[in-house]
Amino acid sequence: MTTLQNTSRREFVKTGAAVGGGLFSGGLIVGCATMADKGPPALPPSATAPGVMTTAWVKVGTDNAVTIICARAEMGQGVFTSMPMLVAEELEVDIAKVRIEMAPAGEPYTNTMLGGQLTGGSTSVREAYDRLRVAGAQARLMLVAAAAERWKVDPAGCSVANAVITGPGGQKLTYGDVAEAASKLTPPKEPKLKAAKDFKIVGKWVPRRDTPAKVDGSAEFGIDVKLPGMLYAALAQCPVIGGKPVSFDGAQAKGMPGVSHVVQVGDGVAVVADTYWHARKALGTVKIVWNEGAGKSLSSASVGAALKTASAKPGAEFRKLGNFDAGYGAAAKKIEATYELPFLAHAPLEPMNFTADVRKDSCLLYGPTQFQQAAVGTAQAITGLKPEQITMRTTFLGGGFGRRIDFDFIAQAIEISKAVGAPVKLLWSREDDMKHDFYRPISRHTLSAGLGANGMPTAAKVHLTSPSVTQRLFAAFVKDGVDPFMLEAAVMPYDIPNQLGQVVIHDTGLRVGYWRSVSHALNVFANESFIDELAVSAGKDPVAYRQALLTKEPRYLKVLATAAEKSGWGKPAPAGRSRGVAVMEGYGTYLAMVSEVSVSGKEIKVHRVTIAADVGSMVNANVVAQQIEGSTIFGLSAALFGEITLKDGVVEQNNFNDYPVVRMHESPVIDVHMIASTEKPGGIGEPLTALISPSVGNAVFAATGQRLRKLPFRLA
Amino acid sequence: MTIRFNVNGKAVDVKAEADTPLLWVIRDEVGLTGTKFGCGLALCGACTVHLDGTPVRSCQTPLSAAEGKNVTTIEAMASTEIGKKVQAAWVALDVPQCGYCQSGQIMSAVALLKSNPKPTDADIDSAMSGNICRCGTYPRIRAAIHTAAGTKGA
Repeated sequence: MTTLQNTSRREFVKTGAAVGGGLFSGGLIVGCATMADKGPPALPPSATAPGVMTTAWVKVGTDNAVTIICARAEMGQGVFTSMPMLVAEELEVDIAKVRIEMAPAGEPYTNTMLGGQLTGGSTSVREAYDRLRVAGAQARLMLVAAAAERWKVDPAGCSVANAVITGPGGQKLTYGDVAEAASKLTPPKEPKLKAAKDFKIVGKWVPRRDTPAKVDGSAEFGIDVKLPGMLYAALAQCPVIGGKPVSFDGAQAKGMPGVSHVVQVGDGVAVVADTYWHARKALGTVKIVWNEGAGKSLSSASVGAALKTASAKPGAEFRKLGNFDAGYGAAAKKIEATYELPFLAHAPLEPMNFTADVRKDSCLLYGPTQFQQAAVGTAQAITGLKPEQITMRTTFLGGGFGRRIDFDFIAQAIEISKAVGAPVKLLWSREDDMKHDFYRPISRHTLSAGLGANGMPTAAKVHLTSPSVTQRLFAAFVKDGVDPFMLEAAVMPYDIPNQLGQVVIHDTGLRVGYWRSVSHALNVFANESFIDELAVSAGKDPVAYRQALLTKEPRYLKVLATAAEKSGWGKPAPAGRSRGVAVMEGYGTYLAMVSEVSVSGKEIKVHRVTIAADVGSMVNANVVAQQIEGSTIFGLSAALFGEITLKDGVVEQNNFNDYPVVRMHESPVIDVHMIASTEKPGGIGEPLTALISPSVGNAVFAATGQRLRKLPFRLA
Repeated sequence: MTIRFNVNGKAVDVKAEADTPLLWVIRDEVGLTGTKFGCGLALCGACTVHLDGTPVRSCQTPLSAAEGKNVTTIEAMASTEIGKKVQAAWVALDVPQCGYCQSGQIMSAVALLKSNPKPTDADIDSAMSGNICRCGTYPRIRAAIHTAAGTKGA
């Protein structure tokens, strides 16, 4: 992986360029991308005027305008504010006023936890918590040093507030006054950072910087991109997933209003026109011959049967403690249960779309992506251009949930633009989006436990069978049949002396992708439903049962006790309502949830969800609360409704009529209780999505005596 | 053919087929991109605009239906009293996450408060259940409507 070592510091500062690095070994994409931003609309004048100080993260103009660069894709999870807050804290600038820009593609923007320029895995805050503060401190120290040099004083005698430096004698200079001088200095390697007790904004409830634009309609999403001379494309893909186009007849389409091209690309046939509607309307007239491929044989029945057969294999061992077989054999009572979860669609409200402008010597990529490095690498592969010829501009994302980690729609936009020789915005329909997703994996979990005479588990085995997303995207991480991204929360936190964990990776033939909370959603549903079944079998209270098994886990105990207390657990529930509890740890965050549910006929109504969250140190309390509320509701759609089915290789769902999601009237009251902590930050964008299903399922059991082991929940 | 109507108080002449969904006319012809596309079947509400003051799903409203009428979009909400109150509440409570659904949510909320200045939670359920939010901002939307209306929720 190349680094900045070969580039002189001054050169870097002058041009704002950095040399990019390749993806970690074994990765699909190797991309070297430069930061030279030759993108469209000019930057504000002060940022390009002479005398500008520019680092990878901070720009200071001679007019004292300060810009902070945000490297992570903003898809609702608040990074557009949280990431700059970390820089602003140390840089001593007003987070409400500083300019914020999305980063181009470039090596400094690598997510070191994931190995690429990628937003996901609830890693943004965890990965950047220290290094963005360092970046802010470095910039501040260089600016102060420049001022101190001009005044011929000791920098230690200077203070900073709101981009103004005050010298020991009360003299003042703005950041803008010393930006040029500061740009000639070397950033200090290990600047001293503030103690947490001195934070002015980090850890507090801070308004989001993107809110006003998202309220007045001016926020730019990928679908809103407009370039001079831009054409619009609608693409037909094979109804059978994975199928490819063989030939087409676009004669009728060619004659329709506004249509300029009908082109075949790798994934299908596109109509290109002067407006989206002209393209969409004409697309319906194109006759396409498809090579449907192996996917044709897939049906939910066949996939389910194959998964069941595969689950009979022992698979690879991922956990061994004591001797499960001996412990289980000797147990007074044996319990076994199988849990099943379906494929799910991501269904972000903004359908897949991307804009590409491929020219002879350059390529502009402009749109919503979680994976800038893959976008640039894809452009390299298709156009043959070098990284420094490719410009990546990331817009706001109308939801990501992991879908925009994949880059099929980016490749399509690039191919179409290349074919027609014009900038092209490709927009999928909702039906395209629903039927050409990379689905959340289907899974089957068989759990067994042996209970002692006192009803407590002495042995527990977890066996799970599921496809592996990582095998497709980042194969180097899968070793000896073990994919760590399938095993999140697969090991129960409970103090059980004999444990065995086994996993079977089974490719169903349907393409799969990372979906919010990834395998936490699978494993936490199975495990937290199962521990509840054990508690019921032992005749014990589900909260007390868990507490007895978590005596060595203070952070679990704290959230569990808090959720229990705040939900009124142990006291009678409101009339007609029952409660269910679930706990988990995910991304370094500890969570407990109590759902309050009523059942009427076959309808499950979730009234209230009480959550206790220990996220360790946090950056923006406002954003943390939003993520807790939002990811819970996102997960509730999966608990109550979500299911993707297949027939003859075609995904049967089309739109929100047959893939329902939670709406306002189905949305529960959510009470959030934060545990104060100085532990290192945990991720919060995803985990609650995994916790709502078992919490609701356990409540439904309490209400009805029906144990629902399959999602989505369907009462008998 | 050329169809004339008003958008946010300004007359526009649009040359497009009469059955073009108003959504795409607003976005691609008139150039106002605050109104969003989410489903194309009036299932998600992202495309909500006001047609002579009534909320409609513009993805299923043909251009011909707008002829001679007043179309109001999110871009004009700040110029009405109720719109200003709603947007202020949305900002004060930091309602949006990804924000893609919020233009439609606000258009529906403004229409609700125009006809029902003091809505109950049940009224809010009714008026807002046509607007999907995948990020799950419903609790804050509800609270913001109550704030704008000066009512307290259940």
